[in-house]
Amino acid sequence: MSEHDTLTPQQILRKKAQGEPIGPGERAHRHRHIIAVLLENSIGALNRVINLFSARGFNLESVTVGETDEPSVSRMTIVTTGEGRIIAQVNRQLDRLVDILEVVDLTSEEYVERELCLLKVTYNSDNRVELLDTLKIFNGKVVDITTDTMTFELAGPTKKINAFIGMMKRYGIEEIARSGRVAMKRALLFGD
Amino acid sequence: MSGAEIFLRSLDAEGVEVVFGHPGGAVIKIYDEMARIKPKFKHVLVRHEQGGAHAAEGYAKATGKVGTVLVTSGPGATNTVTGIADAYMDSVPIVVFTGQVPTQLIGNDAFQECDTIGITRSITKHSFLVRDVRDLAPAVKKAYYIARTGRPGPVVVDLPKDVLLAETEFEYPKEVNLRGYRFKDKGDDAKIQRAAAMIAEANKPLFYVGGGAVNSNAADVLTRIARKARIPVTTTLHGLGAFPENDELSVGMLGMHGTWYANMAVQNSDLLIAVGARFDDRVTGKLESWAPHAKIIHIDIDPSSISKNVYVDCAIVGDVLDALTRLEPFVEACNTGEWLEQVQAWKEECPLIYDQGDGRLRAQYVLERLRHHTQGEAIVVTDVGQHQMWAAQYFQFLHARTHITSGGLGTMGFCFPAAMGAAFGMPDKTVVSISGDGGFIMNAQELCVAAAHGLPIKVVIINNNFLGMVRQWQELFHEERFSHTDLSDTNPDFVKLAEAHHCVGLRAETPDEVDEIIRKAWAVTDRPAVMEFRVTKEEMVFPMVPAGASTNEMITKRLTPDAFV
Repeated sequence: MSEHDTLTPQQILRKKAQGEPIGPGERAHRHRHIIAVLLENSIGALNRVINLFSARGFNLESVTVGETDEPSVSRMTIVTTGEGRIIAQVNRQLDRLVDILEVVDLTSEEYVERELCLLKVTYNSDNRVELLDTLKIFNGKVVDITTDTMTFELAGPTKKINAFIGMMKRYGIEEIARSGRVAMKRALLFGD
Repeated sequence: MSGAEIFLRSLDAEGVEVVFGHPGGAVIKIYDEMARIKPKFKHVLVRHEQGGAHAAEGYAKATGKVGTVLVTSGPGATNTVTGIADAYMDSVPIVVFTGQVPTQLIGNDAFQECDTIGITRSITKHSFLVRDVRDLAPAVKKAYYIARTGRPGPVVVDLPKDVLLAETEFEYPKEVNLRGYRFKDKGDDAKIQRAAAMIAEANKPLFYVGGGAVNSNAADVLTRIARKARIPVTTTLHGLGAFPENDELSVGMLGMHGTWYANMAVQNSDLLIAVGARFDDRVTGKLESWAPHAKIIHIDIDPSSISKNVYVDCAIVGDVLDALTRLEPFVEACNTGEWLEQVQAWKEECPLIYDQGDGRLRAQYVLERLRHHTQGEAIVVTDVGQHQMWAAQYFQFLHARTHITSGGLGTMGFCFPAAMGAAFGMPDKTVVSISGDGGFIMNAQELCVAAAHGLPIKVVIINNNFLGMVRQWQELFHEERFSHTDLSDTNPDFVKLAEAHHCVGLRAETPDEVDEIIRKAWAVTDRPAVMEFRVTKEEMVFPMVPAGASTNEMITKRLTPDAFV
């Protein structure tokens, strides 16, 4: 979303002052944004990115960082919620940081996203089969088992993870670890 | 060669002329090597690291070169933080070298340890922690490159003690390799053409010029375009000097304490050409009613400044000097006769005025006499507060880099050390330091340094025994509760203070004495001359747009809106 899709603070204040309605496309809506950042794999680079968001009062819902095929370059995926204009401005401020190689707001693009979840649940002989059936439907795996707990591994879009966690709640969840999202633009080989 | 020597030779290779520094344990090796190898640059021993940072800013602003600071770890580093933040807000290129505890002790709460990189992260353009002596020379090279290019700003280089002691070969890199650092210095041709077309169509165009025009040395081309096209010019506080204020096209400064006629011009303009300015809240006041009829062209090197507060119709992202130089051939004389007549009428309707003739000494009179005495040829450095606004209003600035002040951060105590930095950078120019009594005391310790170096700085203290600007707000907006702004009990004797710091001390209490002590001060050539002007405390800075009010609601001496009677 470009900053010109919504109104500047001055335009909004003027419309309000004159009692004019602000159109749905002009209003600053808070949306979830998924931002991919390529940055130098160096001390402090990560902090500078996080700082820019926290200084503006954004809560980061998830942040993932890892090396890329080039070891000196890291890739971050940031998930946050905010107004498109402000996010666009933060992205430009990110872009001017010396350690940042590329910033892409994937939200307005076609993208794929995945998240990994480890989930430990208690079981007994009565619900064991049912649990494993559910896991199979979600394409999950058992990665650890004891006499009364099982740990599942599940990867997929965040919605799928959320649905799976919802299903598991009634069995008694012991512990959950989620990786946060990683995301990538689709190549669109067959697109128009 | 030791890291410390590599550091010194790197500064020489970079062409550094002067370093404002203060030694300490973590950088003792640098000072030791300095005594041994005698580098080409001059080292100025400041008496407080904050003074050093502001001195580097003053040097940078006066010369257009990068200022350099060298301090030790811990408190040495934290004392520079205000100066770094000031430089960040005002886009001043400085490089601050801070000592650090040895790498193996980092994070161990070692003596004089602090997380300098962490503390300064949000107020630097970039920072380096040098962990390997082989990275030292490249880090110095990169630091200066980053500080001066694009939108300038402060860079911190943190130097652990073991890195300074370690040995390696010295080779100063010829080129900088920073793949993530990009800035757009050439604006788009199409946008420049579009701007030229918008200027040709405008009936009431107005240049709104900020510090970016000064930073990119664009004052001359801006002046040529404005004169050729017959477009009036208003400047921000940092834009002062980018266009000669004695030109009939100048309407002076705009904004909260700008001239009434500059703000009237903004409110009635149909085309604002913003040049290296950022639509700051002290300029716009109440955003929704600012410049209601104007289309906006914005020339700026920082893409994140575009359409931040105000919608921009034509954005030229790039270096101001380059953009204006390419714009110049497409600009023709505009049909602005009526508009200029209107602007002239506003100037006559409500000029800058103040009470005089009653025998009481007022700050504005002092500044007018100083203007008369300097004729626009001195470098004027101001602090923060009433005197700063009066200086902006009553001096006529004719040349770029002759007005230096702390704008964005508004740092009291900035002035004198910055004036000292300017004096080191421009030894052939007269440097005038103008502070209030409140701000002067905050970095008065640097007087000794200027005296030791024989700098003939003209130091003006506008003393109303009050924190005058706060007092003004208390009087106007807080029912005259002058809470903790009266300084009469805690002010020193400024003449004695000057003399104790090996400077000349002078005092004037009536208008008659002003010219005489100015003459005496200008006759001093081997040390600073401190002039204390005891002025009335009730005086207020007018015109004024109250914070958050629209520029139409300006309080002027003659045109007081009912709301503020």
